[in-house]
Amino acid sequence: MSSVSASTTGTRVPSIDRKVVVDWLGVAPFTIFALLFLIIPTIYLIVGAFLTPDGSFTLKNIVDLFTPSILAAYWISIKVSVASSLGGALLGFLLAWAIVLGGLPSWVRNGLLTFSGVASNFAGVPLAFAFLATLGRTGLITVFLRDWFDFNLYSTGFNLLSFFGLTITYMYFQIPLMVLILTPALDGMKKEWKEAASILGATNGQYWRMVAFPILWPSLLGTTLLLFANAFGAIATAYALTGSSLNIVPILLYAQIRGDVLHNANLGYALALGMIVITGVSNILYIMLRMRAERWQK
Amino acid sequence: MKAERYLAWLSILIGCLYFFVPLIATYEFSLRARRGVYSFDAYRSVFSDMAFRQTFGYSMLMALLTIVFGMLLVVPTAYWVRLRLPQMRPVVEFVTLMPLVIPAIVIVFGYLRLYNSSSILPLTGSNTTTNILLVCSYITLSLPYMYRAVDTAMRTIDVRTLTEAAESLGAGWMTIMFRCIFPNVMSGVLSGAFITLAIVIGEFTMASLLGRPAFGPYLQLVGANKAYEPSALAMIAFAVTWLSMGLLQLVSRFNRSAPAKA
Repeated sequence: MSSVSASTTGTRVPSIDRKVVVDWLGVAPFTIFALLFLIIPTIYLIVGAFLTPDGSFTLKNIVDLFTPSILAAYWISIKVSVASSLGGALLGFLLAWAIVLGGLPSWVRNGLLTFSGVASNFAGVPLAFAFLATLGRTGLITVFLRDWFDFNLYSTGFNLLSFFGLTITYMYFQIPLMVLILTPALDGMKKEWKEAASILGATNGQYWRMVAFPILWPSLLGTTLLLFANAFGAIATAYALTGSSLNIVPILLYAQIRGDVLHNANLGYALALGMIVITGVSNILYIMLRMRAERWQK
Repeated sequence: MKAERYLAWLSILIGCLYFFVPLIATYEFSLRARRGVYSFDAYRSVFSDMAFRQTFGYSMLMALLTIVFGMLLVVPTAYWVRLRLPQMRPVVEFVTLMPLVIPAIVIVFGYLRLYNSSSILPLTGSNTTTNILLVCSYITLSLPYMYRAVDTAMRTIDVRTLTEAAESLGAGWMTIMFRCIFPNVMSGVLSGAFITLAIVIGEFTMASLLGRPAFGPYLQLVGANKAYEPSALAMIAFAVTWLSMGLLQLVSRFNRSAPAKA
């Protein structure tokens, strides 16, 4: 409420200026908060990525990111994020399509949307526990396959604490997110388009290939990118699932923050910068694609 | 048409399998604590663990503080931007969405370097100030959800008319804010609050790196050391998420049937 005191005490200032000052004072708390807890910490890391420990400019930290161990961490992170976002996008699209255009009763739609709201927030450590109980060495599915089909899942090379296991686990929050974002986009597909296409003699396949897909692809690709960024920054599930055995970037950064495992504080900043660049680029592309997608929703 | 419907049901079936099997497995696993029979021993063990009560209580308190202070920050800002600085809306919206772009682990990394005990603002210096920093970090994490929820609720009321009406009746800024704006955007405040609760209650990264005794790091610790308790805890965490999201749905449905009038 700093605006109150400003408007009563600042009477000597010309009135136009006073209004401007009061206007800006109203957003001062928010601005200060955002600066202190979001913007300055981020800028501090970004700047630190270009400094040597004694404070002079260098590109060495960025170059050092391209050492094999760090590159491997980025590579496995990107692989898990790509796989879980593509898988999540595909299954999420199928589910969203089923409830919007599949002619299912409305309770299925409401049920799935409610469940998606829950499941997209059911991430972190408990999700890792759930999958350990399902696909871990003594998990329900593993035991079921062993006892009923004499099939040892773990002899096939499958391991929950690996790229594949992490991908399957991440899809648990990726699919619902896809459903939640894509359902409105599919709702925006007008019935008239399909009717017009079929009157002109188009088959169902032609309608999807030549009408629906060209309209939907920005939403599909954009949401997939959002899922990618979502998976790329996640740490809690992976950490609870694999400890530090799977070296994805967030876990490497976690270890670096706790104990400087890279033996160079500024290299840690560069690692963080790399994460910001990757999630930043995918989010910018997402926003651009969403603006493109919204052209059809007006 | 018929083939389409079969494919739709098939998709739903696959989805249900994928979503429900892990839940069933977790529940089944949590009952296995006693050899040979199903029992609630794991739950009993969890609920009798002092650390469970302490960390859960701590995280609940943090969530509550996050919601209260977050809303005190977000509601006046959203109101002010709509009333006086409409040209700043895209900027403020962009800033509120930034926590979705910058990973939480990067944000907390910045805090640790910026607010360490030898800096100008040594927030990590004592327990009390670290708690404050944790609440601020949670406000940052939930900013995108809180701001969007409140801003959506504010769209349905005419902020300018409400303000002018209140002013002409002699209301001060405090009265306008707390007796006029807040009650009218209550649906947004509540949905923002429930989603914040769902995010904060099991949050791991911030609490762990700031070294606070919250529920998320406790979960991780139990997961590394115990066999059946983690599944029981996962069921409890899932129930809390259900509860908060269920309440959120209830609030938004209630609001749809009785829209706020300006």
